[in-house]
Amino acid sequence: MTAFAEPTGAVRRAVELETVGMTKIFGSLVALEDVSVHVKPGTLHALLGENGAGKSTLVKCIMGFYQPTRGTVMVDGKEVVIATPRDAHAHGIGMVYQHFTLVPSLTAAENLVISRAHPPAVIDWKKEIAGLEEFLERMPFKVPLTVPVASLSAGEKQKLEILKQLYLDQRFLILDEPTSVLTPGEADEVLGLLRGMTEAGDLTILMISHKFREVMAYADDVTVLRRGQKIGGGKVGELTVDDMSRMMIGDTKIRERAARKTFTGQKVTLELAGICAEDDGGMPAVDAVNLKVHAGEIVGVAGVSGNGQSTLIEVLSGQRDMTEGQLFIDGENFEPVRQQMAKFKVFGLPEEPLKNAAVPRMTVAENIAFRSFDEPPIARRFGFMSPKPMRKRARELIAAYRIKTPSTEEPIENLSGGNVQRAILARELSGQVDVLIVANPCFGLDFASVSEIRSQIMDQRNRGAAVLLVSEDLDEVLELSDRVAVMSGGGIHYVVPIAEADRNSIGKAMAGH
Amino acid sequence: MSGTDIGFWGVPLAMFAGAIRVSTPFLFVSLGECLTEKSGRINLGLEGTLVFGAMSGYAVSYLTGSPWLGVLAAGISGMFFGAIHGYICKLPKVNDIAIGIAMMLFGTGLAFFFGKPFIQPQAPHLPSINLGGWSDYPQIQSALEINPLFLVGAVLAVAMWWAFKNTRWGLIIRMTGDSAPAALAMGYSVDLVRFLATTVGGFFAGVGGAFLSLYYPGAWSEGLSSGQGLMAVALVIFSRWNPLLCFGAALLFGAAGAIGPALQSVGITQGYYFFNAAPYLLTLFIMIASVSPKRSLKGAPGELSITK
Repeated sequence: MTAFAEPTGAVRRAVELETVGMTKIFGSLVALEDVSVHVKPGTLHALLGENGAGKSTLVKCIMGFYQPTRGTVMVDGKEVVIATPRDAHAHGIGMVYQHFTLVPSLTAAENLVISRAHPPAVIDWKKEIAGLEEFLERMPFKVPLTVPVASLSAGEKQKLEILKQLYLDQRFLILDEPTSVLTPGEADEVLGLLRGMTEAGDLTILMISHKFREVMAYADDVTVLRRGQKIGGGKVGELTVDDMSRMMIGDTKIRERAARKTFTGQKVTLELAGICAEDDGGMPAVDAVNLKVHAGEIVGVAGVSGNGQSTLIEVLSGQRDMTEGQLFIDGENFEPVRQQMAKFKVFGLPEEPLKNAAVPRMTVAENIAFRSFDEPPIARRFGFMSPKPMRKRARELIAAYRIKTPSTEEPIENLSGGNVQRAILARELSGQVDVLIVANPCFGLDFASVSEIRSQIMDQRNRGAAVLLVSEDLDEVLELSDRVAVMSGGGIHYVVPIAEADRNSIGKAMAGH
Repeated sequence: MSGTDIGFWGVPLAMFAGAIRVSTPFLFVSLGECLTEKSGRINLGLEGTLVFGAMSGYAVSYLTGSPWLGVLAAGISGMFFGAIHGYICKLPKVNDIAIGIAMMLFGTGLAFFFGKPFIQPQAPHLPSINLGGWSDYPQIQSALEINPLFLVGAVLAVAMWWAFKNTRWGLIIRMTGDSAPAALAMGYSVDLVRFLATTVGGFFAGVGGAFLSLYYPGAWSEGLSSGQGLMAVALVIFSRWNPLLCFGAALLFGAAGAIGPALQSVGITQGYYFFNAAPYLLTLFIMIASVSPKRSLKGAPGELSITK
């Protein structure tokens, strides 16, 4: 179709793909059991399931990263052998990963050219740029070609990832949660345009997602996996959100959400006054953020990742110096150092707890003792430490918070994500909490853990803690918050009580309008 | 003023001459290191490679009578050291910095061991190109006696800068250095690319060593390098992994190294040793100026173990 894509001869059209009885067994673990999915050409097929349900195992088998134990892949009705990702590409199957596979220091044009199977030894940039521009003309979305990818926004990177697959002339795209880094507006734009391409018969899409709203609006068919098995599926129009969520979680008991207690006339506990901070590159990342959080209130900060939220959290948890501004707790100046955190009872659940709130190779007991090891009863005279009270306390909390661990002496890195998060919760929430700073607390957790952790946060609010919740999951913010603030471009310019919050205006604020 | 006395103008002139003369090994080692680091690996062993290159270059020049064969031998032995480093780093759970230090000690030790018989004899030197024939001043004439290796290095710097942008291999090396998962996803063998980059980088460092023993200072001795191979690593950081800036930084380091002898040549002997320490001080100040606890290094390849 073009001079610069791989020579394929005829114009490629949407690919039809079917898996028959896919089974993948790792040792004693059955990750995927007899899954047959039929993705019709020119459709957008959604793959739903919890973490660990086997979605990624299935697509990795299709892509040739794994060899299925049993089962076959049919492309356009013919059985094919896919031993490596290269084989998949040869059949026109491409995948857009959740983590980006673009090279940050290369420009968009360089990334596209080098992604070809046989890039020229010496690159004639004039010709290539002209070719790429001509290619972009025909594509539904645009990205700047000549700036390093590192300086593109998350949305532009995601678009470029998709463009890359189209540039390589892949006509069956697997998208792994493609909208997790996009604003609602961008998500609608990208999915709408992709849907247009499927309707035109140019493309077939298999999309991994957990956002029912997007599945309902854009997918034609849906398949639900649970514990490695295909539980159900069908035409999107014939299923309700309730049906799908019941298929996804099965009969797992979900803890009831704590009711929201009503407070009136609460005092301001945490105040952020004109906070400014820089990112790792020395560029301003947080720009004069002012925010007040009252006792017994959850203020949810929504925003697309990369708009300064992580920098703000790092400032609040003492991991990064602010360049300007002040923090107050109960009207007193607060510096995020250990003594003051203990004095003001400030606790936190940072994102990626294994990285930001735990020492992976230290034991569960030691990690749980991080807030208390320098106080009696664990600390003794002359700087000695007694492990007995530490283990005792850890055992109590492991039971109370239902942390699944072989023993208190297990390195915390061996625990699953949900259990690491519970261990950190146990450490941070088991005492009196006045201020709680939470960032993406449920990222990558299963339904049951999500529900549990959200209830814990609500409990702290009901006990009168001031909670600052930063989350990239808008649904989470809308569910938990009393007030919603939106962060974009490092600043917070939009704050609204939950009763007046609507998706549209929040989405606009997220995009910086 | 007599016809040939240029007074204190001699100092900047001597520094200029020194910059060209002293910078060549810096240039070669830093280009080698730049190539290796662009692929995502640090080779601290280039100091050892430099010393071994100096020894083997001198030895081969002495034994064959051809200094250019010496340069080639130095390059090949450097390649060998680079290949060892590259191969060991391919093994799982190996730290490239620790291997680099081991290779540095191995290279210098081996060079001292094999180099003992070559400390005394005189090997044929590399010729120089006289570009100063137009001037009557002997100082200028001697300042413009330029070694062909310097010119080769300058061309190499430009070629590398161009190749990183405009060739398939350049892009592949940058990709491996910045995002190994991306390179793997596109079907390139990260280990192989790094192995090759380290090997070729070792070749460059070996050639830099040959310059030391075959041109300036121009004899094989055990104290020949005095840490130039390590300073070149600092120089790469200072140059932000840009070969063109490596060239400029090598000149700067060369000029700093020439301060002491230049001042001595006009009769200032006070603080001779202090001025001789200028390159080391420069290294220290550059490292302080170019790092910050609050920022990560701009332009650093994302896969380097020091920036991760």
